[in-house]
Parts: sequence; structure tokens; C-alpha cells
Amino acid sequence: MSKMHVKLTVNGKQVEGLAEPRTLLIHFLREDLKITGPHIGCETSHCGACTVDIDGKSVKSCTTFVAQVNGADITTVEGLTNDDGSLGVLQEMFREHHGLQCGFCTPGMITRAHRLLQENPNPTEEDIRFGMSGNLCRCTGYQNIVKAIAASADMLNAQKEAAE
Amino acid sequence: MNDQTLTPEERVANLKGMGSSRKRVEDVRFTQGKGNYVDDIKMDGMLFGAFVRSPYAHARVVSVNKEAAMAIPGVVAVLTAEDLAPLGLHWMPTLAGDKQMVLADGKVLFQGQEVAYVVAENRYVAADAAELVEVDYEELPVLTDPFEALKSDVVLREDLAGQTEGAHGPRKHHNHIFTWEQGDKDATEAVLGEADVVAEEMVYYHRTHPCPLETCGCVASMDKVTGKLTLYGTFQAPHAIRTVVSLISGLAEHNIRVISPDIGGGFGNKVGAYAGYVCSVVASIVTGQPVKWVENRMENLMSTAFARDYWMQGKIAATKDGKITGLWCHTTADHGGFDACADPTKFPAGFMNICTGSYDIPTAYLAVDGVYTNKAPGGVAYRCSFRVTEAAYFIERMIEVLAIKLNMDAAELRRINFIRKDQFPYQSALGWEYDSGDYHTAWDKALKAVDYEGLRAEQAQRIEDFKAGKTRKLLGIGLTHFTEIVGAGPVKNCDILGLGMFDSCEIRIHPTGSAIARLGTISQGQGHATTFAQIIASEIGLPADDITLEEGDTDTAPYGLGTYGSRSTPVAGAATAMAARKIRAKAQMIAAYLLEVHDNDVEWDVDRFSVKGAPERFKTMKEIAFAAYNQAIPGLEPGLEAVSYYDPPNMTYPFGAYICVMEIDVDTGEWDVRQFYALDDCGTRINPMIIEGQVHGGVTEALAIAMGQEIAYDEMGNMKTATLMDFFLPTAWETPNYTTDHTVTPSPHHPIGAKGVGESPNVGGVPAFSNAVHDAFRPFGLVQSHMPHDHWRIWKIANGLGMHG
Repeated sequence: MSKMHVKLTVNGKQVEGLAEPRTLLIHFLREDLKITGPHIGCETSHCGACTVDIDGKSVKSCTTFVAQVNGADITTVEGLTNDDGSLGVLQEMFREHHGLQCGFCTPGMITRAHRLLQENPNPTEEDIRFGMSGNLCRCTGYQNIVKAIAASADMLNAQKEAAE
Repeated sequence: MNDQTLTPEERVANLKGMGSSRKRVEDVRFTQGKGNYVDDIKMDGMLFGAFVRSPYAHARVVSVNKEAAMAIPGVVAVLTAEDLAPLGLHWMPTLAGDKQMVLADGKVLFQGQEVAYVVAENRYVAADAAELVEVDYEELPVLTDPFEALKSDVVLREDLAGQTEGAHGPRKHHNHIFTWEQGDKDATEAVLGEADVVAEEMVYYHRTHPCPLETCGCVASMDKVTGKLTLYGTFQAPHAIRTVVSLISGLAEHNIRVISPDIGGGFGNKVGAYAGYVCSVVASIVTGQPVKWVENRMENLMSTAFARDYWMQGKIAATKDGKITGLWCHTTADHGGFDACADPTKFPAGFMNICTGSYDIPTAYLAVDGVYTNKAPGGVAYRCSFRVTEAAYFIERMIEVLAIKLNMDAAELRRINFIRKDQFPYQSALGWEYDSGDYHTAWDKALKAVDYEGLRAEQAQRIEDFKAGKTRKLLGIGLTHFTEIVGAGPVKNCDILGLGMFDSCEIRIHPTGSAIARLGTISQGQGHATTFAQIIASEIGLPADDITLEEGDTDTAPYGLGTYGSRSTPVAGAATAMAARKIRAKAQMIAAYLLEVHDNDVEWDVDRFSVKGAPERFKTMKEIAFAAYNQAIPGLEPGLEAVSYYDPPNMTYPFGAYICVMEIDVDTGEWDVRQFYALDDCGTRINPMIIEGQVHGGVTEALAIAMGQEIAYDEMGNMKTATLMDFFLPTAWETPNYTTDHTVTPSPHHPIGAKGVGESPNVGGVPAFSNAVHDAFRPFGLVQSHMPHDHWRIWKIANGLGMHG
């Protein structure tokens, strides 16, 4: 099958490669770019383990062709770590509040939560539960995920306030 | 830091040992997307495998034509049963003493069964080729009902034709697998005959699936130069897989290295051996290249390891005052096309004989009949210990049914029948010795915490309001007191394929006072690297942060039977404590030598040995570690390490009291969990944060199972719930917040008194949710209604009770 030339920005870096028109974004990320944070859990857009951030929106990369997002700016969980290599706020709060167990849903969860907090910096518990309902977790029962995201919102708001 | 300036409390805190809510060491990797799951593994020249699966539930395979598939560029091989037969690998043994087709050998027995295995250079080509394999089928009559199957002339397992003796005794019919009987049948029937009251009910625990977020998969890599096979995979029992691979492939066990990398949840789905593993190993041996196979979600739900599917006919006898005198249960167990249950060998229905639950029931009888049908094989312990969840659901429903018959409050009925604290160790009528418990204390604490009396008063008012037309919502109060049986198990009665179910830990202390420990278990999210280090920290006085935990590599870890059935803490956790104690015993001799006193003149003090009566004279564990490597100590070998293989003397019996308060809309069937209180007693608590997390997760899986999740088939054997569109996994939106609580009744036979907790919330949660639904409709005449209680089924209950006018 003939291949297309694809150019993307992933976690701040320009990348390019060749992909079949039918190549899914999740496979391009995981197999061509070796970015294995986003996972494959269902291939039907239900579980959210493959969630990445594309041009400021949460997108499930298991049902997106890489060709559809040519030229896009993509962030995965790997891009949410601080520049000095330390855990980003959401990553740290998920750890602090035991918001993960097997870790398989975690990259999608954190990536979605990152966007949720851009969309709504002061979410209520209900906002968080609704906003995260596209991401499934089989281990935690969500209670500690909700706590971790609420704590992240507080911390990010405090950081913002301190910077202003 | 000067050790002498710290108080003993500060020294204990520095260890982050048992009882500490230590943050998980795993999370630094996982939160950055740096886990290493099986599909993350990449190797040079790696090929991909994909299955051709049967669209029919029962059919003869007339022919398989590979030609069109092989013609696609990039396709390396297409394997069928014919190709595997010369190697003797077209069938494989199951964990239950049956055998299972690896690839369809002349016929298929369930929809989704593996028919051919395509090997190609990438997953897209493999999927293309699988579409082009032409299979001719001839449809056969389909049996999806186990009761029908036992009467039908249709023979499902023609390979067993004429065999009247199965792996677990006589077979009564060509679709019958086994009968398993426990307890005293005659005495129980006599009690039932004489009882004041007998309640009888069919309790069905529907078929469901563990559905971990990561599906099953493997990478097989045969090194033709060294003759060594490395098999990475989502294995909950890597050592057992190594032994199985050796036995069925003929490769010597030392030439097989099995590695379980990070596992994205297991819940029992990843215990068994699957066709994908066998085919990938064969493909790698044949091609000399690594071969990866990872099932997709549909394949996961259709073909690998379902759970439950137990039809439990029950009779419970009592005096008119509510004292239970006998319990009778006959279970019809739907095992699907092959008996691939993952139970200890001598327990073909697992620990279903824990079905007397938390109650002092003097006489009991249980019989289980296993049956073949045209459904997927499995029958694994989905977040439970070998059918304990079926047993707990059965008894907790029967108690409710009896309460209705007696017109008694179900909380009080439980209370008057609990095994009393002074009866432990307690011999149950079905053969178990419960190690410890204090059920009354837990029950009273739970009822008080939710204001049980207040809830009943509110419910009574609600019923009045409902009858007066003021509301269309009912209130259900779901009660459960469950007793688990976990930690399989004593080698004398627990083995899988002849492998005793002990477990193991090896600890090496490094010269500078840090350590590595390796275990025979494998974490799938339970946080072993965090908690087992805490056990060692408390036992030998080195900080948990200085202890690395490794599991899952059979070349380096000591032999163990893996992680399922809440066995890691009861068995490997005990091995960890015992190995640590061996180290401490040697450390005591080293310390005495260094302090120039007799061995018995030093005593253990948190992180050091000090001279009795002179606590200022001591050697810390760190100092002792260094001495073990740099001093010639008379009579002692250098070094400081130990290994322990722990054969538990008994199972452990965690218990708990769960209460669910649910609002139900009778017109829409919608439910809302208003409150869920979970009290768990898992004995000694190693890490409260992780226990709480396990409870949250387990109750959520119970919510899913009770309120909507099922593996359903139509009468043609078509699977109706093969995607996450149809198979219910709760989101954050429908999942409630939980209140957790605990009592602590240590296990008397476990070195640290721990009992295990991972599965309790699933075992206790399912009856709590289901009982809440039943309780809401009890005043209107409902006695029993089968799970899952999805909106439609709840609506049907209300409709059947004439509540829609």
C-alpha cells in the first residue's frame, strides 16, 4: 500500500514519517515514534487509554487516522512531565492520592485531565466525573482519580496566582 | 543523621514499614507513560500474529484454504490444526484436567474459537490476511443452555465420546463434565424434612468477564543459536506458564525464560494458558523470529476466560425463631466448550464449599455439576478466590430469601446466625477451618455507621409516600456480611497441574545496607513493589525506600504460583516475612560477634540489635550488612541473603460488612447508589492507602457485575456483548463514592497476621448491590430476580409487580 508523508509536532518536537492512509494515530505514535505512553484498550473509542491532546482537544487516537491530523500539535502523557524531568502536577497528584493501580489507563486519564483543567480550571466533583467519563479505569473506582484531579486544580490555581 | 538521636518512633517512621500509607514506587513510571506492558515490547524482526476465528458457535470445519492469505506480500505463515498436529500442539491441556483445541481440529465449539493463526510482518498485514483465509463450515445444532445440554442428543465433545470417566470422576451424560459433592447429603435432607421453615430459591450468577483494560498478549522469541525461548506475556502465573510451555512443547524448562512485564490489570483473565501463546511460540520456533500476539477487545471478551455462570438451586432450613439448621445447594455450572476453569486441581468447583458463609450452619450439602455448552471456555476467578464470589452471593441471597419467609429483619437474622468469636478456629459443615473472625463486632459497627434503624424508618416512610402517590422512587438497603477464603494454598490439598501452591521470596542484602527481593508472584496493579518492601522493612529494619522488589522473570525469581485468588499477601507475603526472619537470625549472630557478647545477649530494636540492658551498645542493620561482607566471622558464611518457600498451614478467611443504600426509579428502572459503606477485616494491615484503593476498585467491579455487566449469547450462540458498547464498565459518572472502614482480626497462622484484601470488595460488593435492589421491592412482593440489574430488568421487576398501574 502506498504511503503518505506525515508531519506532526509531538510533545514539542517536529517529527515526520511515512504512513499508510489507513494507519491509526495510536499505531503511528506507538510503533513509528516509539511513544508508548498512550495505550490500546478497546479500539472503539470507549476506554480512553489512547487519549492524546490534539490542537487543544482530547482525542482518542485509536480511532483517528494519522493522515487526518497531519500538521497537528500533539501532546501525550510523556509531554506532561516537567522540563527538569520531575513529575508534572497531575502526575504528582495521581501518585499522591493513589489515583492509579495497574497504570494502564493512567496516561489517557492524565492527558484528558490536563485538557479538562484547561477547559475548566475550577471544576466541581460533578464536573470532574462528567469530564472524565470518556476514560475507563478498571482498578481504582475513580474516587482517588477524582481526588487527584481536584487537588491538581487547586495546585495549578495556586501556582498561577503566585505567578501573577 | 545520628541514629542515637532518633526516638524509636522516629526510627520506625523512617522505615516506612507495615502500617504506613507509603506512596507507591511504581507510580513514577506509570504516571509518565513509562510502564513497560507487553505491547510496548519491540524486537528486531518481530512478526505479528492474528487469529481467524469462527463465526459459528457449533460447526464442522470442512476445509481451510490459506492460498489467498499467503499471496499477500508480508505474510509469513498461516497455521492450522493440521500444521500443529505433527508437533502434538493442536490441542493443549487446560488447568482443569480437560484439553482444549489450540486451533480448530475438525470442528468449533464456540463463536470466536481460534481456527487459523496468521503470521505477518506487521499487524495490518496480519489482519488483512486473516480476512482472506477461506474456511468452509457446516453448521451444527447449538446448545447454549446447560440444562438443555444435559438432556440433548447433540454431542458437543466428540473427542470424549464414550468416556464415562472425566478428570473429576464419572460423567453422567456426553455433555456432562463432573459432579462434585461436599458435606452430608442424607443428614441435610433429614434436617430439611424436619425444619420449621424451609426457603427455596434458584440463584443465578450470570456469566461475565474480568475485562482488564489491557487485553491478553505475548511476545515469543526463540533464539535458534542458544536454543533458548524467551516468552514475554500478560501472565498472572509466569512460573506455571514456564512449566506448562515446557511440558507441552518438549523444550527443557531451563531453556525457557518467561517474563511478565507490567500487567495492565488481570482480575483472573490472565491466569490461564491461551491458544495465542502456543501459536506464537510455535511461530517463533518455525520462523526463528520474535512473534507478537495481542488480542483486541472483541477477542478478549469472546474467547479468553469468562467468569461465573452458576445456576445455584438452594434450600435453607431454620427454626421459627430464625436459627439456621441446614443448607442445601445444587449448582449447574456452565463451563462452555472446554473445561478451562482455573481452580486448584482437587476443587473442580473451586471453593464453592465456602457457601455456608459467615454463619454457624451445622449441616450442609453441596453438589456441583459441570456442563459443556457452545460458549467460550473459562470459569476463572474474576477478582475472587475460586468461586468464592458465587458462594457469597448464593448464601447472602438465601439469607434474604429466608428473612422474607420468616418475616424477619435481614440484619437481625444474620446477627443471630453468625459464627461467634469464641467458636474460632471454626470447623464448617463443608470442611473448612475458619482461622479467625469477630463478625458481631464488625456487623454492629457497620449498622451503627450507617444508622441502620434510621434508614429503615426512612424506608418505611418512603413506602407510605409511594403508596400515597407522592414519589415514584423506592429506597433499597442492601446488606452483606461475607467471609472469604483466600491464600491458596496448603500444598497438601492445593495444586495446579500438580504444582503445589506454595510461594516464595528471596532477599539479598547488599553490603551498603540496601536490598533486593524477588518473589514468585506478579503485580497487576496491586502495588507489590511498594507493600512487600514494607514487610521486609519492618522485619529487618532497613528502609522500604532502600529495597527493590522484582517479580515476573522466571530466570531470576524463585518459583511461585503467581498472583490471583488474593494469594500474594497470604502466601508470598508470608514467605517474605519468613525470608526476612532468616536474615535477621543471621544478623543477630553477626551483631553479637561485633558487640562481643553471646547471641542471646542481644535483642532486636526496630532497626538494630542492642545489648540487653545496655541499649547504647548496638549495631544497626546497615552496619551488620557491611560486616557480613567484610568480616571473617567464625562459624558463619559471608554474605547476607535468604530464600523462603512458604507452604501455608491453612487458608486465610478475610471478612467484611457492606451496606448499600440505593434509590430506584420504578418507571425508568434507573438506580442511584446514595451511600456505600464497606467495612473490611483483612487482618494485619500493611498499607492502608493501598487497601482502601483495592476496596474502591473491587466494589466498582462489583457494581458493574451486579448492575449491568454480562456476557450474553443469543440462541444461536452469537455473543451479544463483545464490545465495550455492550459490555458494561462503569465510568466515573455512574460510580459512587465509597466509605471505607475496618476492624483488625489477625490471622493466627500467618507470620504477620495478614489475610489479603484484593478480592473481598468484589465478593462482598455484588450481594450488597443486588440485595439493595431486592430490598427495595421486598415490600411489594419480590423474592428473587436475577442479575445483572440493568435498567430494563429493574423496570421489568416493577412491571411484573404491577407497579406501572
